[in-house]
Amino acid sequence: MPYTMSFTEDTTPTTTATKLSVDHVNMTFTRDGKATPVLEDINLEVREGEFICLLGPSGCGKSTLLNTMAGFLQPTSGAIRIDGEPVTGPDARRIFVFQERGVFPWLTVEGNIGFGLSKLPREERARRIAHYIRMVGLEGFEQSYPNELSGGMKQRLEVARALAVNPDMLFLDEPFGALDSITRLVMRGELLRIWEAERKTIIFVTHDIDEAVQLADRVVVLNSRPASIQQIVEIDIPHPRSLSDPRYLELRDGIFQQIGLAHKV
Amino acid sequence: MKLLVRLRPIAFIAILLALWQIAIDLHPIHILPSPWQTLGGIAYLIHHKLLLKYIVASLFRVTWGFALAVVLAVPLGLTIGWYRRAEMAFNPIIQLLRPISPLAWIPIAILWFGVGDLAAIFLIFLGCFFPLLLTSINAVQNVPAVYIDAGRNFGLTPTQLVRRVLYPAVVPQLIVGLRITLGIAWLVVVAAEMIAVDSGLGFLIVDARNAGNRYDLVVAGMVIIGVIGLGLDLAMRSLEQVKSFRWGYAEE
Repeated sequence: MPYTMSFTEDTTPTTTATKLSVDHVNMTFTRDGKATPVLEDINLEVREGEFICLLGPSGCGKSTLLNTMAGFLQPTSGAIRIDGEPVTGPDARRIFVFQERGVFPWLTVEGNIGFGLSKLPREERARRIAHYIRMVGLEGFEQSYPNELSGGMKQRLEVARALAVNPDMLFLDEPFGALDSITRLVMRGELLRIWEAERKTIIFVTHDIDEAVQLADRVVVLNSRPASIQQIVEIDIPHPRSLSDPRYLELRDGIFQQIGLAHKV
Repeated sequence: MKLLVRLRPIAFIAILLALWQIAIDLHPIHILPSPWQTLGGIAYLIHHKLLLKYIVASLFRVTWGFALAVVLAVPLGLTIGWYRRAEMAFNPIIQLLRPISPLAWIPIAILWFGVGDLAAIFLIFLGCFFPLLLTSINAVQNVPAVYIDAGRNFGLTPTQLVRRVLYPAVVPQLIVGLRITLGIAWLVVVAAEMIAVDSGLGFLIVDARNAGNRYDLVVAGMVIIGVIGLGLDLAMRSLEQVKSFRWGYAEE
């Protein structure tokens, strides 16, 4: 990769240490005295550097699970540990990427990417901003504001802002959901390229089966309301993956069946 | 072409003035001074060194009343908006005080501060305080949770969160509130000056009528009030053009 610079940590991609463990996590929302179970006995171990997709229909509770992993929500029972330590709140070592809505509209592209870098000396900060602007292909837009950018550019900006603080995990909540299908395909390729270069542990929420099978090392298929893990599918195809590879189609159709959808329109 | 478009409103005003002048020339009745007489009124005020003095007096009161309201209402409103419980506690009293016109406070203002600048400033302050308070409360409550979450995610302390996320996120709405409120302040100062003081543009209007039915001066005062009000509004509007604020008005 042309983008290896001194400040990117040298993580070995073959490591098998457990990064994140979800242990008997239950979550119940109570509103107007009525308790609604949202997560039911979730158990999951994620290895360092692994790319995991949480797959389920809209509203099944997969975003709740992601928010719980990221520390924005506390589970009703059970434990979430990252690097062996219980998660008690959001942390700059693990960045949550919202659908493009998360970029700050009052800051320029540079300002957004540099948002988490205020503690760095100015030169180092400028160097990192420039590096990530190049990585996500926003050269020439350094001084633009988000409302001057397209949806795909905003999404790349948010990913760049997350990567700039050199986190060891990324949580992505349907990050490409609002994009058109062509941009979405391009963005998937970009994300994989970045992941292969930086080897962050990625937890990616999606309701798109193809997306999950294209991206993930393992796809966690969730049941609907309350969300529980139905199956974990290992995607044993090396990148770059061909979308007409028989193994790809086999795995994809397997998940379609698992979810109970005949693969016909 | 562009120049023509820009001149159009001015041309329209000129036509209206001409019609007004012609109508009064044709039927010389004394219900309204003509534009020419009004201009004479303005010249009279300049000649007697009253115009600048009265404008300065009015702007002085507006500045103080408005600034006091901004300094108190904005931080208070942002705090109340941030804490749901505070909003529940304060809301009834705000809703009760808000519909009372600042003019209803004139007797109390004079009782507390006597006839003079303080009473007028107090009335302007009251007129600005509640709209600004409500704007600030709303502005905070309308900040998308995702900005706050993102800020927390990057490890900001509560103080940094307020300075780097909450404040920039509310500024566009606050500016709209400030603009509207400054307009209210300019309305209130005229009314306050009619009763509580003996200088300023409001006083000019009431005094011109009482001291000899000088309606040319009355209308001259009204014209000056309009022009300055427009100027204040344009100045506030120019703030909305600042690039880092402009995202907040994209949908308007």
